[in-house]
Amino acid sequence: MGTESGRDAFGKTLLELAEKDERIVALTADLSDAIRVHWFAQRFPDRFFQIGIAEQDMIGTAAGLAMAGLIPFATTFAVFAANRANEQIRMAVCYNGANVKIAVSHGGLITGEDGATHQGLEDIAAMRLMPGMTVIVPADGPETRLATIAAAEMQGPVYLRLTRLAFPHVTDGIREPFVIGKARTLRTGGDVSIIACGIMVGMALEASEMLEREGISASVVNMHTIKPIDQETIIAEAKRTGCVVTAEEHSVYGGLGGAVAEVLAEHYPVPVVRVGTPDTFGESGEPHALLRKYGLTPEAIADAARRAIRKKKNLASLTG
Amino acid sequence: MPNLEQVARRIRRDVIQMIAVSRSGHVGGALGVAELLAVLYFDQMKHRPGQPDWEERDRFLLSNGHVCAALYSALARSGYFPAEELLTFRKINSRLQGHPSVHDRLPGIETASGPLGQGLSIACGVALGLRLRGIDADVYCLVGDGEMQEGQIWEAVMTAAHYRLNRLAMIVNWNGLQIDGKVEDVKNLEPVVDKLAAFGWNVLDIDGHDIGQIREAIRTFKRRESDRPCAIIARTVMAKGVPFMENQAVWHGKVPSMEEAVRALEAIGPSEAFSDLVDLAQVHA
Repeated sequence: MGTESGRDAFGKTLLELAEKDERIVALTADLSDAIRVHWFAQRFPDRFFQIGIAEQDMIGTAAGLAMAGLIPFATTFAVFAANRANEQIRMAVCYNGANVKIAVSHGGLITGEDGATHQGLEDIAAMRLMPGMTVIVPADGPETRLATIAAAEMQGPVYLRLTRLAFPHVTDGIREPFVIGKARTLRTGGDVSIIACGIMVGMALEASEMLEREGISASVVNMHTIKPIDQETIIAEAKRTGCVVTAEEHSVYGGLGGAVAEVLAEHYPVPVVRVGTPDTFGESGEPHALLRKYGLTPEAIADAARRAIRKKKNLASLTG
Repeated sequence: MPNLEQVARRIRRDVIQMIAVSRSGHVGGALGVAELLAVLYFDQMKHRPGQPDWEERDRFLLSNGHVCAALYSALARSGYFPAEELLTFRKINSRLQGHPSVHDRLPGIETASGPLGQGLSIACGVALGLRLRGIDADVYCLVGDGEMQEGQIWEAVMTAAHYRLNRLAMIVNWNGLQIDGKVEDVKNLEPVVDKLAAFGWNVLDIDGHDIGQIREAIRTFKRRESDRPCAIIARTVMAKGVPFMENQAVWHGKVPSMEEAVRALEAIGPSEAFSDLVDLAQVHA
């Protein structure tokens, strides 16, 4: 089974896209190697804009490039885009409807040893709040490649979260094409629906195998697009299984979990248990150790699934 | 070419009339940039009002978006949209938003603005993009002096110099005032000419109400004798043209009463360019 980090897949795909479409340009804020745009910089020096350690300037410059008819990919770490340059993304990009693609690495805890200041745990929520923004969190390298292509092809602002580390591929077997806004279901089950994004999709699959051995049948849905969220799939899953678990490498507030809860609360209320980081900052540590410490593991997802099923049963006994 | 003094006066009259009717808006800065906009839109910029998306057009980006009443006037009077629409300024469902927007599709607006400090970055991006695409056009960005307290402006100042954006002109509306008083008291920015020169810009320092000096400065910019971006420090008076308002920080955002508006129009004097949007004296009476 292949493994490729999101950022590697992104960097290579961007280069391929740029060979075919001369409108594609790239920017970075002194992180060209980290976000894998150094290959682009080498191959297309005239189309690469190093803006230095000035993320707000980078976002504004990207908006201007888009206004001049180009397709800019602005790259940095999640925190520096979504938090530091939040207002610039709001006004220069989203309010202008500028065709800017913001590709970020270091979202989540797998940032690792750099610690809390560099671990973006609020970015999905922050970007969800932007009118007109499309938010994509690909599950693995191959899906990152497809998401990059789709982002370049669509008109309008896109926020693309790239994984820093390589994880085993989980989308290799999927026949369904990648469509922004359309979740891809990896497993269909009857007892609980696990809706995940990013590296948590692979963990959700592992959790579903654990649950299978206990006689629990779980759906696993790869919700790669957090905005616009695939309401249909969420509601259909809730109708089929009656309880939902969400899993993301992100705070439980306002990200995938928040989005799913919003949909279900209004359209088809069922118990929802969210797996993600609690209301806390991260810390320095080896990435996998951090994932374990903060409860982003297959075990945590399986546990959440069992809790969700218990809530479902309790509700049924109350109302039944 | 129309008489630019008359056009500037028309812009001033429009600003007062628009804000008096909308009961909301920023008169001070708008009155101060009348000559700058008159020269840009009626003399120096290469543009086609009937074809706002013309690719070869010079681009004007307003960074200190609150002075937009003046920009809207310049756009309407040069033919981007009907002048009558100016009276919908700040009203619900209007294309003339309180701070400029692209979102509401008013022809001639290159970017939204309002949150200070962002326009110059965007202007740099436009200039970089036009150069990459081989499009023969200049980019003008108007910023406020207080706005230069925003760090992002200096990020863009560095970008422009680093990338040798000599088709980019930053015009600074230097009236020495901001909401909380004099710029020098709030957070001093002088000596701005020296600062910008140290950052690698070619800096011109002019009287922002002198049509001749404005034209000459822009011509200097266009000659591109160096690869440095060009800053034009336009020394202006806030609320220029209305002596009882001039040089007082309160007129940054205070709305004149109908009576004050009528007095302001009298002070500005009539304009031979175009006609009044509305007869305020009638409305007031």
